[in-house]
Amino acid sequence: MIFKINKLIVFLGVLSGLCCGAAPSLAQLRIEVVGGGASQIPIAIVAFKSEEGLNQRITPVVSGDLVRSGLFKSVDVGGINPPPSEPEQMNYPQWAARGAQVVVIGAVSKAADGRYDIRFRVMDVAKQSQIAGYVYYANESQLRQTAHKIADVIYEKLTGDPGVFSTQIAYVAKRGYQYQLQVADADGFGGQSILTSTEPIMSLSWSPDGQRLAYVSFEQKKPIVYVQSMRSGGRIAVAAFRGSNSAPAWSPDGRRLAVTLTRDGGSQLFLVNADGTGGAQRLSQSSGIDTEANFAPDGQSILFTSDRGGGPQIYRMSVNGGAAQRVTFEGNYNTSPRHSPDGKSFAFVQRSGGRFSIAIQDIATRQVQVLTDGSIDESPSFAPNGKTILYATEVGGRGVLAAVSSDGRVKQRFSINIGDAREPAWSPLAAEH
Amino acid sequence: MNRIEIRLMSLILAGLLAACSSTPPKEQSAAAVEDRTAVETAAALQASAPSTQANAGAGISGKPLVDRQALGGVSRSQDGAAALKDPANILSKRVIYFELDSNVVREEFKPIVSAHARYLQQNRSTKMSVQGHADERGSREYNLALGQRRADAVKQMMEVLGAQSDQVETVSFGEEKPVAPGHDEDSWSKNRRAELAYPND
Repeated sequence: MIFKINKLIVFLGVLSGLCCGAAPSLAQLRIEVVGGGASQIPIAIVAFKSEEGLNQRITPVVSGDLVRSGLFKSVDVGGINPPPSEPEQMNYPQWAARGAQVVVIGAVSKAADGRYDIRFRVMDVAKQSQIAGYVYYANESQLRQTAHKIADVIYEKLTGDPGVFSTQIAYVAKRGYQYQLQVADADGFGGQSILTSTEPIMSLSWSPDGQRLAYVSFEQKKPIVYVQSMRSGGRIAVAAFRGSNSAPAWSPDGRRLAVTLTRDGGSQLFLVNADGTGGAQRLSQSSGIDTEANFAPDGQSILFTSDRGGGPQIYRMSVNGGAAQRVTFEGNYNTSPRHSPDGKSFAFVQRSGGRFSIAIQDIATRQVQVLTDGSIDESPSFAPNGKTILYATEVGGRGVLAAVSSDGRVKQRFSINIGDAREPAWSPLAAEH
Repeated sequence: MNRIEIRLMSLILAGLLAACSSTPPKEQSAAAVEDRTAVETAAALQASAPSTQANAGAGISGKPLVDRQALGGVSRSQDGAAALKDPANILSKRVIYFELDSNVVREEFKPIVSAHARYLQQNRSTKMSVQGHADERGSREYNLALGQRRADAVKQMMEVLGAQSDQVETVSFGEEKPVAPGHDEDSWSKNRRAELAYPND
């Protein structure tokens, strides 16, 4: 029998950074799964030995993450005594009889340095062998993050794609006349307000390293683009030119942002430095509206929204300027392009029959799939593994966040307990480091 | 008193009203003084504004009109500012509504834009802002650009009608500041707008 345990230590620099100057928020997001994947992996997650003594138990968080993804089906673990925590305690035929393909077992103990030693193994029922096994050392405040990391490992081992449960989402919560820029875990837990204003906040965009957030704030009674450090809370105005400054989009190297400025007249695309130095370099030249730039992952081209041909459509152009090619042709209203992380497709908003839906277009084939049937869906944002698209919609007159898998099969809705939620942005994977 | 004297008395009275009260020297407010000559006085005070009633008081001598024009010029900055808030004055109208996806100033709103353009022309030191707005549907960023385009369209019209470019600043709030909270065409039509604002509003 093989005992392969890799030692990983949980680094939570981003979280500790968030604590500085960030007030805990009452707003909490809860996720409700609306659909499910075609084939779900039946997984049994056995309560870790001695986790019942923790303030934050591990396995309920792991199970919640996996089930909400729509790719896993929870198998009942009740009535098995004693519950296994080591491989030699596994009774494989018993798990096979319950339909489980995978069993997760583990144990929590105190390490010599006072932290928790949390070790787990992912067991293959058919092969009667270990798929993965890790140990994490974490203190009390890191237990929930550790659970998300465990879910990430299980997800990646069983689906082949990176898990995104340890990432974060940013969004704007509006309560009455107050706007809050919130950052929460990807499961909606632990929302922290990093900016509060009585004027609107919009168009959130994470830097590629997850350390900074760009956004548009109207606090100076006009739209200005800021870049705020997640670690220090400090920020700089990177676009505060005459007229309107909006629609920030990071270059993949994190050094520049494409923005929309009106300083030369109409709304046009420009490049500015992310550190606030230098001026703005004009990128697009049209007599129409050019806005909502989004860099391709290779950094060579951008997609953007333009109504140079009449109604708003999506175009592509080189980051060095030059001619733009129209890429959307279905319908008379296509906006808000966002490249998938692999650069092979892009999500966008399509209006059809007065309804606004999230759609995805394959870049090579130009094939379009409409993913949502909401009436007022907007602001698509890819999960860093490309499997899920977070977006804003409306339920009962209130703004809520929702997510749909990029194949349209799994739908989730994040409910906020107070006010409106809008303008979601999913952090990159790097945000956990 | 003969007819001419009555007219002169009326003119003086109207002139005093224009100079002393907060009533602005404008056609609309002057109409409240129910006298043909009062209307004419108002027209005279507004040198640049053509009046179809200009010929109505053909019997009146030019002198008092010239005097009151001077008087009006002195009092204009005070009375003019008050005019902006007088519900009876067209200058108190500050909202221009737009059709879906459009930045064309509709015929019915042109008199409002025109009145503010004239006001800026007569008050060269006055600055104002035009705030463009959109309804809630679709992309927030595209709506921000649409609101900007609406504000710019109003500014352009004002410049054509006599305002200086540096008197009018435009800003867009996109769909972020709706005045009607509903999610139907009735609310949307109220939210697709440009608002005119002065520093002391």
